[in-house]
Amino acid sequence: MSYLPYAVAAWLFLVGLYGVISSRNLVHLIICVGVIQSSSYVLLLAIGYRTGAAAPIFVDIPVGTPAVDPVVQALMLTDVVVEVTVVALLLALAIQVHKRHGTLNPDELRKLKG
Amino acid sequence: MTRRIRLKFFLVSAAALALCFFWGYAGLPAFGHGSSIYADIVNAISVPQRHITDAVTAVNFDIRGFDTLGEEFILFTSVLGVILLMRRTKDEPAGDHEDKAPGRKVPPVSDAVRVIALLLLAPTIVFGWYIVVHGQVTPGGGFQGGVILSSAPLLLYLCGSYPKVRGAAAPRLIEIAEALGAAGYIVIGGACVALGGMFLENLLPLGKAGTLTSGGMVPFINLGVGLEVSGGFTLILLVYLEELMEEKES
Repeated sequence: MSYLPYAVAAWLFLVGLYGVISSRNLVHLIICVGVIQSSSYVLLLAIGYRTGAAAPIFVDIPVGTPAVDPVVQALMLTDVVVEVTVVALLLALAIQVHKRHGTLNPDELRKLKG
Repeated sequence: MTRRIRLKFFLVSAAALALCFFWGYAGLPAFGHGSSIYADIVNAISVPQRHITDAVTAVNFDIRGFDTLGEEFILFTSVLGVILLMRRTKDEPAGDHEDKAPGRKVPPVSDAVRVIALLLLAPTIVFGWYIVVHGQVTPGGGFQGGVILSSAPLLLYLCGSYPKVRGAAAPRLIEIAEALGAAGYIVIGGACVALGGMFLENLLPLGKAGTLTSGGMVPFINLGVGLEVSGGFTLILLVYLEELMEEKES
C-alpha cells in the first residue's frame, strides 16, 4: 500500500493523456489537460508526506516538531493558481477556434486546414 | 492518421510510459517516509531565523521569493493572453449559434440564490483580506486570499446583474490594481538592491514571530500578490461575462 499514491499519480497522468488523444471536443480536451496537471499535485504531496507529522505551521506547535515537507506544498500552491489561469487562456483559445471555424472537434479542424 | 491507428499508437506508448513511471517511482522513498534535507532545514529555521510561523510562506516569499516572482508572471501573462484573445475585432464573424438547443431558455436566478449570495458578499471580502494579511502567521497568503477575494464579483453577479458588477469592479480600476500588484513585487525587490542588498533580500526588521508585523517584507509581497491574483481572476471573470452578455444580445 505504501506506493499507492504514486500509482494514483501515474494513473491520473495516463488517463488524462488518453482523454487528450481521444477527445472529440476542445473543451473536453482542456479539462483533460487539467487532469494531467492534477497528477503532479498528487505526486508532490505524496513525496512530501510523513506519517504522523504535523502541518508545517509552527503557531501552536513548538519548533522541532516533526512536520511534513513545506517545499513541495509551496510549489503546489502556486501551481494550482497558475493552472486555473492557464485553463482560462486555453478556453479563450477554444472560443476563438469556435468563432472562426464553427467547430470544436479537433479532427474536423484538421480537415479545414487541408 | 485515423482514430484507430492513433489509439493503438497511444496504447503502445502509454504502456512504455507506465513502465517508465514504475521504474522512476520505485526509486522514491515509500509513502509517508519521505525525507529531504531541504525540508528539515526550512522547518528548523523558518521561525528562529525568518520569524515566519508558516513554513510554506517562508519558502514561497522569503527563501525562494525569486521563483515565486516568475510564477506570478506566468499568471500575469496568462491573464493578458485571455484579454487579448477575447477582445472583439471589427472583422470578426458573429458567433455561430446553431449548436444551441432551440427553445431552451436560461432560467432566471432564484431568490434563494440571490439572498445567499448577498449575505456571503461582505464576509467573503473580509475573509479574503484576512487570509492575505495573515500569510506569514497561519496557512494563507496572497495566492489563496486573492482567489477568495475574486469570488466576490462572482457573488455580486449572482445576486445582482452584470451592469452592477461592471459598476462595482470597473475593468480599468481592476487592471490598474492588477498591474500595481505585479509591479509591487519587482519594486520591492528593486528597493532591496537600491538599499545595498540583493534582489528580494529581506532587509526590513523581522518583528516578533506569530504577529501580523512579522516576516519583514513578506506581508508587503503578500499584499502585492493578493492584488495581482484577485485582479487577474476578476479580469478573466469580467471578460467571460462580457462575452456571455454579447451572445445574449445578439
